[in-house]
Amino acid sequence: MLKGKNKVKKAILAQKSKGEVPLIPYITAFDPDKETTKRILLEMAEVEPCCVELGFPFSDPVADGPTIQKAMVRALKNAPTLDEYFELVSEVRSQGFQIPILLMTYYNILYRYGLRKVVEEALSSGVDGFIIPDLPLEEIAPFKKELKGSSLALVLLCAPTTPEDRIKRISKATSGFLYYVSLTGITGARDRLPEDIRQRLILVKKLSSQPVAVGFGISKPEHVQLLSPYADALVVGSALVRLIEEDAKSSPRAIKNFLRTLKGSQ
Amino acid sequence: MSLPNKKGYFGKFGGRFVPETLMPLLYELSDFYAKVKRDRSFWQEWKSLLQEYAGRPTPLYYAKNLSEYLGGHIKVYLKREDLLHTGAHKLNNTLGQVLLAKRMGKTRVIAETGAGQHGVATATACALLGLECVVYMGTKDVERQALNVFRMNLLGAKVIPVESGTQTLKDAINEALRDWVTNVKNTFYVIGSVVGPHPYPMMVRDFQSIIGQETKAQLLKREGRLPDYVIACVGGGSNAMGIFYPFAKYREVRLIGVEAAGHGLETDKHSATLTRGEPGVLHGMLTYLLQDKVGQIKGAHSIAPGLDYPGVGPEHSYFKETGRAFYTAVDDRSALSAFQVLSEVEGIIPALESAHAIAYLIEQAKDFPKGSIIVVNLSGRGDKDVPSVKAYLEEKPELKVKVRTNA
Repeated sequence: MLKGKNKVKKAILAQKSKGEVPLIPYITAFDPDKETTKRILLEMAEVEPCCVELGFPFSDPVADGPTIQKAMVRALKNAPTLDEYFELVSEVRSQGFQIPILLMTYYNILYRYGLRKVVEEALSSGVDGFIIPDLPLEEIAPFKKELKGSSLALVLLCAPTTPEDRIKRISKATSGFLYYVSLTGITGARDRLPEDIRQRLILVKKLSSQPVAVGFGISKPEHVQLLSPYADALVVGSALVRLIEEDAKSSPRAIKNFLRTLKGSQ
Repeated sequence: MSLPNKKGYFGKFGGRFVPETLMPLLYELSDFYAKVKRDRSFWQEWKSLLQEYAGRPTPLYYAKNLSEYLGGHIKVYLKREDLLHTGAHKLNNTLGQVLLAKRMGKTRVIAETGAGQHGVATATACALLGLECVVYMGTKDVERQALNVFRMNLLGAKVIPVESGTQTLKDAINEALRDWVTNVKNTFYVIGSVVGPHPYPMMVRDFQSIIGQETKAQLLKREGRLPDYVIACVGGGSNAMGIFYPFAKYREVRLIGVEAAGHGLETDKHSATLTRGEPGVLHGMLTYLLQDKVGQIKGAHSIAPGLDYPGVGPEHSYFKETGRAFYTAVDDRSALSAFQVLSEVEGIIPALESAHAIAYLIEQAKDFPKGSIIVVNLSGRGDKDVPSVKAYLEEKPELKVKVRTNA
């Protein structure tokens, strides 16, 4: 079995080569409880997303909009530890969940846990990589040092404000894929995406040596239609989290159906 | 020993832990500020505003009565930032940053505020210099500080209540950062303390250093020597860094930062970040934080709303680590008592924040060697706190302090 960054990147490229648009769903672990998270993951597997972004809640999520903020508040009511997160991951792994998992959280959580221990526990529980929205290129060195030689991916982000030479540097440093933030702003479902998103994506794709996934704001079949010719994968977050907010109990099915609709609309 | 380094680090503290969207902006700001730093016309404009509009230099006042009250063996000087326009040191920084915003061609200014002092100071600078001003404030603070909300409105600013998290200062900062990520092109974020991502801790320090520069010159003129001790309260730490920094290179000057111990350091209701916190990353910086085992940020508490912050400027963390400054904490009761003592002994009602520095002075007075010259930064005036102090003392009359027995 392929592992680590190869696993993330390979999963994207494999789906892409079949003519599908790989989806990367995001949910917050423990929102509203551990069992719901596990059920959602297992249901989701049927739609075959290329990988899953599984958030660990943080008290001060500055890159996130109201939907994910509220999800983190719900998750924090369980006062989860990072150890419990790794336990959750190893439990779904033992239940046959094989899709690559990216741990999304803010840097303080990992810093506090200890970067070396994060890498060890990620590897042994079955996490395949990390997305850390408040860890820009300038600050990755200490974590990169711990990741060196491991198969884990550290997915870096670039944004509409990122200049061209910087996009190149970020694409060299990222692993798994390059996460392009579609708009200047925070996460959250949007009615419309920026006008120049296609031109921007063409540019980023040209500059990047890694696959490019786009996220922030994607919430409708039209968005998928608009973006799938230009991106290697699409991240869908707040639109799914909203379904958990509406009704946690039925959310595993609702999320699966929603992803299916998005997949069918390319 | 010029710190921070290029990456914004003071030793292991500082840095730029922000979403990528903001990184190009931080570079733009750093470059622009580096240019401005060499531009005399900028500093002349800033200084003339401080003199003619804000009332600088503020007096360095020899507090004879207080010195005698404390035993007569020491000389206490108060740096009177309470006499600055808007009633606290905050305006030194906001005039600097809003001038910078204007020179950068930004049209919109955002700020966070806890108690409202920085919000009022930002709104004031924006009114003076003609920029649009939006202030984020936690809904709890909006309720507690209704008068300051009205003040900001009078000054033409828009106050946006923040519902998320603990609904206090840290959440107001989160929301201001979210606004900034969204409105990067035209917006300048005026941060109110020596906190946040590089270059903010350095910039705010530079603007507030005028406090220490004046103090040094005034004391040299009056006493012919440097002080033995400089004492200041520490929340985010801007008034403290402002008075500490110009003295930092003189090893013989002891620097003492006083945090808020709130209900007590053994409780979880305090704001003693340096005394009781541990290093971590929040609001763009690596610094001491109040956090739990997992790394979730804890709520802070102090009777002084301006000290109510679970983080602290990274340069203070550096000063703590290197031993250049000593940090300690006094609780709500001591601050409340000092508030009353200074009012009655000197006829100066201090801000509850500044009362923490006075409280430390009172508690330690006996232990200062004879002949010591001590400067306390009186960072703000207490008019804003009068209603809450009145309420405390009515609820707990045993906390009333009577200084004069014949009164």
